[in-house]
Amino acid sequence: MILLNASEWTRVATGILYVLLAPLFGGLLAGVDRRITARMQGRKGPPILQPFYDVLKLLEKRRVSVNKLQNFFIVLFLVFLVFTGTLFFSGGDLLLFIFAFTLAAIFFISAAYAANSPYSSIGAERELLQMMAYEPMVLLTAVGFYMANGSFKVSDLVVAPRPAILLIPMIFLGFCYVLTFKFRKSPFDLSTSHHGHQEIVKGITTEFSGASLAWIEIAHWYESTFLIALIALFFVWSNPLSIALGIGVALLVYFLEILVDNTFARVKWQLAIRSAWIVAGVFGFLNLLALTLMRGGK
Amino acid sequence: MDPVYFLLLFPLLPAVLLLLVRNDKVRTATVWASALIVAAGSVWMAIRYYSNDFALFDSHENVGTAMMVLKTLFAVAVVVYAVRRRRWWIVGLVVLQEAASLWFELAPGHQVDVPLNLYVDKLSLTMVLIVGVIGSLIVLYSVGYMRNYHKQHAEIKDRRPMFYFVVFVFLSAMFGLVTSNNLQWMYFFWEVTTLCSFLLIGYTGTEEAKRNSERALGMNLLGGLGFVGAILYTGLTMHSVDLRHILQMGLSGWDIMIPVMLLAFAGMVKSAQLPFSSWLLGAMVAPTPTSALLHSSTMVKAGVFLLLRLAPVLSGKPAGTMVILVGGITFLVGSIVSITHSDAKKVLAYSTVANLGLVVACAGVGTSEAVWAGFLLMIFHAVAKSLMFLSVGTIEHNLHSRDIEDMHGLLSKMPMMAILITIGIAGMFLAPFGMLISKWAAMKAFIDSNNVFIVLLLVFGSSATLFFWTKWLGKIVAVLNHIEPVDKNFTVEEIVSLVIHAGMTSLMCILFPVVSKFLIEPYLFYVFGPAATGNIISQGNITVMTLMLGMVVVIPAALYLFMHGRKEKIVPAYMAGANTDDNRFFVDAHQDPKRMFLTNWYMQDFFKPELLLKISGVVCTLVMLTVVAMTLGGMLA
Repeated sequence: MILLNASEWTRVATGILYVLLAPLFGGLLAGVDRRITARMQGRKGPPILQPFYDVLKLLEKRRVSVNKLQNFFIVLFLVFLVFTGTLFFSGGDLLLFIFAFTLAAIFFISAAYAANSPYSSIGAERELLQMMAYEPMVLLTAVGFYMANGSFKVSDLVVAPRPAILLIPMIFLGFCYVLTFKFRKSPFDLSTSHHGHQEIVKGITTEFSGASLAWIEIAHWYESTFLIALIALFFVWSNPLSIALGIGVALLVYFLEILVDNTFARVKWQLAIRSAWIVAGVFGFLNLLALTLMRGGK
Repeated sequence: MDPVYFLLLFPLLPAVLLLLVRNDKVRTATVWASALIVAAGSVWMAIRYYSNDFALFDSHENVGTAMMVLKTLFAVAVVVYAVRRRRWWIVGLVVLQEAASLWFELAPGHQVDVPLNLYVDKLSLTMVLIVGVIGSLIVLYSVGYMRNYHKQHAEIKDRRPMFYFVVFVFLSAMFGLVTSNNLQWMYFFWEVTTLCSFLLIGYTGTEEAKRNSERALGMNLLGGLGFVGAILYTGLTMHSVDLRHILQMGLSGWDIMIPVMLLAFAGMVKSAQLPFSSWLLGAMVAPTPTSALLHSSTMVKAGVFLLLRLAPVLSGKPAGTMVILVGGITFLVGSIVSITHSDAKKVLAYSTVANLGLVVACAGVGTSEAVWAGFLLMIFHAVAKSLMFLSVGTIEHNLHSRDIEDMHGLLSKMPMMAILITIGIAGMFLAPFGMLISKWAAMKAFIDSNNVFIVLLLVFGSSATLFFWTKWLGKIVAVLNHIEPVDKNFTVEEIVSLVIHAGMTSLMCILFPVVSKFLIEPYLFYVFGPAATGNIISQGNITVMTLMLGMVVVIPAALYLFMHGRKEKIVPAYMAGANTDDNRFFVDAHQDPKRMFLTNWYMQDFFKPELLLKISGVVCTLVMLTVVAMTLGGMLA
């Protein structure tokens, strides 16, 4: 039998809560997103619960696919994405969290490659390009947290003496920039599109239907939940009330993402990667340099 | 006989034997037996010397003289060759080096303390294991591979006796190199490896092979010149060529920056850092086992081995800064350039250059944490890269191409090779596999030593790494219809070697804490004292990674069982209505069926690899020159 102390029990509990509740939160977020987007476009929009109705319907459909391997990878994608989020919510190591996230994303990309279809392949290639574009900033964010508060562990960071945002404001801005990739919003929604009648059809998800598409949707709900939590982490310190502050700011950031999504056209991949790398190089580096100097430097 | 001498001398026996034998059966049996004996010998040595922090050995005086004679003979041979080929710069380098080292050895009055010649500690033991185990597996693989190779390339002269002779001499020289304490001995072995690589690269005898082998020779001779310079300096000013002693004096405040810089230079050339990467790229013309040998267990590892030895005296010094910058830039540039190539061996070569860059940077940082990361990276890289090269070699024999684009649908064409190469690729960059663990540790070491700029190079380089490995993986997992698997053209040797490699690559993710505990940490403790770091990856994270590894293995297996018999409607891929019967063709504008093919992105116009290499080569050269100027200036002032 494994004996755990109180704080470890808390971590196990938050991990389990994440697994159970994240789809609910993520689904609601998607519903609200669609509603706000519709309003911005002068439409009324679907009911808030529409994403859930969609997924339930997808789950009932007949299994249709190009080959079996692609669905195999999708299940792995979902499992590892849930694992990634659980790592975060159970207070795990930020870097390991990023690596697990990468692994999950690679299963998703492999699924699209496995389909061996023109549209899903171009989607996969673009998704990969997006990963290459945002990965430096995401890694630098973890480095920033470590240099600011002395630990990679989420469980240490949530009880830090001061919120990380005070020390890594530029990294926060850079991180928000690459979040647009992660939330699959314009101008960086190169790998997939919300509407099937564009040049890449549905890009990376072209060949998925029925249950597989439902799994992808659910995986994205898990994903947006931990991304929101990651934004909130910048504002959290030992004061428990700060969690509410963090979530508030995170939702505000999400609203801004929706606004950007609706006001920008998709950019070319060259601009996407160039700008993301420049942002990471400039914002990330300057902030880390400042932290080094504060630490006493070399 | 002591295992050290055994490992040094034994490989020479099969070397000579294989030079004389022409019968393929005898040759195969000899290689099997010798590979086993060498591998077992290296394990024996590791066990025998495990309990000592370090051990020193003496040898007969005449050995040094014999080496000098041999070295002179080699020099004469190379000069004759270079004159015939009118490669005057090679002639110049050899003459310069040989004159300097002969003068040093012969001229009376250089009262150099004769040190104990051999030195064994945990770092040498690890290298012995890498050379012994990985090296033997590669040699074993080469038996089957070379047989196929000559079947497929009738135009190339069968020079296998020479090949095996050189390979076994190479192994012997590597054992000597990693156990030398006397710098003159190390230099001798260093030059033997240079010569061996020259002979192996030129194997096919084509003009391209000759040119590339000469480039490798020339560049490494330049590095060797640095080595001679270091020996002259320490010999004349410190009256010592005892590496251990010199490093200790450096740590206790002696100014040894000049020899350290020269040795670091030799190490960087050998491990193909910019601007000297081109020799390793050129080495691709050789048969695949040669590439695997040069890239994973021997030649280039000699360079990083020396740099890791120097790490404590590099730390915080200008020479250290030089090594960090060159390594870091090489990592970033090597990773980006890998994106732009579709030739599998080129991609592997650039990724080798990049990964070595990371080890080099770790050595330059020189803190206990950084050496831990570099040490582990060196081990992981040796195993995984060897697996990759050998897999590519076998795939090439079956597909008659080593272009990654031709590996499209490998999972349908050659399921077994696809799985092996997937393990290799995962091992190179994915959690929870090895290389990622060491990159992680390297990142932490760079942050903790306040090297923010290198952190930046590391995160960008890693992202590029992610791109080119994953797109390769994507090619492999694409599912093709109407393809019969062709897993057939393998020899026993290839399969045995590949499967052991794959097993080691996977097992290393679980076993790295053991490696850390029993090899790396004792070494660090010995070198850095009580300040040495333990395993950088915490126990909690190791548990999580073990769990991930379990998931990566178990879930696919379970899913396979679950999904295997499930009914699913299989439909053609979406092609905007232009489908024909299946996914192989689509209807073109003339209503004719046209074969569909999908290619990866190489983005050459975006990354401009030639320009990038040129610029970074210049930058690295400037870094080196600046540091040299600073050191010399500091000495004059």
